[in-house]
Amino acid sequence: MTGYEGADLAIALINVVLLGLLFVIGVAIARMRSLFAIVMLSGVYSLISATWFVALDAVDVAFTEAAVGAGISTALLLGAMLLTSRTAKPEPRAMHIVPLLAVIAVGCMLVYATIDLPAFGDPNSPANTYVGTDYLHRTPEDIGVPNIVTAVLASYRGFDTLGETGVVFAAALSVILLLGFGERSLSASLRNKNKKKG
Amino acid sequence: MKTDHHVILRIVAKPLIPIISLFALYVHFHGDYSPGGGFQAGVIIAVAVILYSLIFGITPAMKAVPPLFARSLSALGFIIYASVGVWSLMMGGNYLDYDVLFNEPPGGHHGQHYGILFVELGVLFAVAGSMLSIFYAFAGRVTEIKDEDW
Repeated sequence: MTGYEGADLAIALINVVLLGLLFVIGVAIARMRSLFAIVMLSGVYSLISATWFVALDAVDVAFTEAAVGAGISTALLLGAMLLTSRTAKPEPRAMHIVPLLAVIAVGCMLVYATIDLPAFGDPNSPANTYVGTDYLHRTPEDIGVPNIVTAVLASYRGFDTLGETGVVFAAALSVILLLGFGERSLSASLRNKNKKKG
Repeated sequence: MKTDHHVILRIVAKPLIPIISLFALYVHFHGDYSPGGGFQAGVIIAVAVILYSLIFGITPAMKAVPPLFARSLSALGFIIYASVGVWSLMMGGNYLDYDVLFNEPPGGHHGQHYGILFVELGVLFAVAGSMLSIFYAFAGRVTEIKDEDW
């Protein structure tokens, strides 16, 4: 039994270290003014939270967080940052108090709400009893796919995923309509090159 | 691009980009067995092109993968997903009911496997095209990243 308790202690330590790192990065992002450093730190924040998701056995979520949070959104934020100035405007100190109070109030409410939540991995919690166990039991004979996350995502909830794909497509479409296709700059840079040559 | 002070970056990135694309395909085709699937694979493919454009400049990237192609890919992905549903309607089942795709006896899982694979392929195309289009829309507005900005 001691080995099992040792593993539990190690997992608890890993959780504390990861959450502590997330807290430190959050405070650092709030105190910084340089937008470049903030973008980089938010990428680090995503990577560390992906590690934490792995520690919680949510590997699919961790994969998505690492690819989207640390990969794509860092690149997109860098692109957006280049369109604006490099540093955030300094705010007067008195303006900090209202957001601080709001954050503390929301934090207290969240802590109060977690008291009612079932324990992590509780087999009797609502998430693990009704439809969740149903999926776990029926996937091998219904779908025959080892990864139950994929079975739920693409087959049981195929309509939801169709809607999500539509949302991704609509998001790209609206960004294109707002910002232009990016082709104008391509032709402009080609024209500049030709001018330099001529 | 006559400057060669990013030479190490370029040499390292060049062999990495095909490996990243290959890994995206691995993630897609192993979505049934391991974490990952169409969405993650699409993001990884988009990341490969974005890495190329960060290192070699946005103009060569737009020449290699034109913005029109990215937009069309995004729309094509959504059409693939929706047409799998139409396929199952034609075979006499409900919309997106993969069991009827190949007229199998009950207990066969080929319909489910191929249905999931095609649907995830649609998600891959839609996500890769959309992410690239969004990146092009943002990055296409500035000329080039200057050295002193890094």
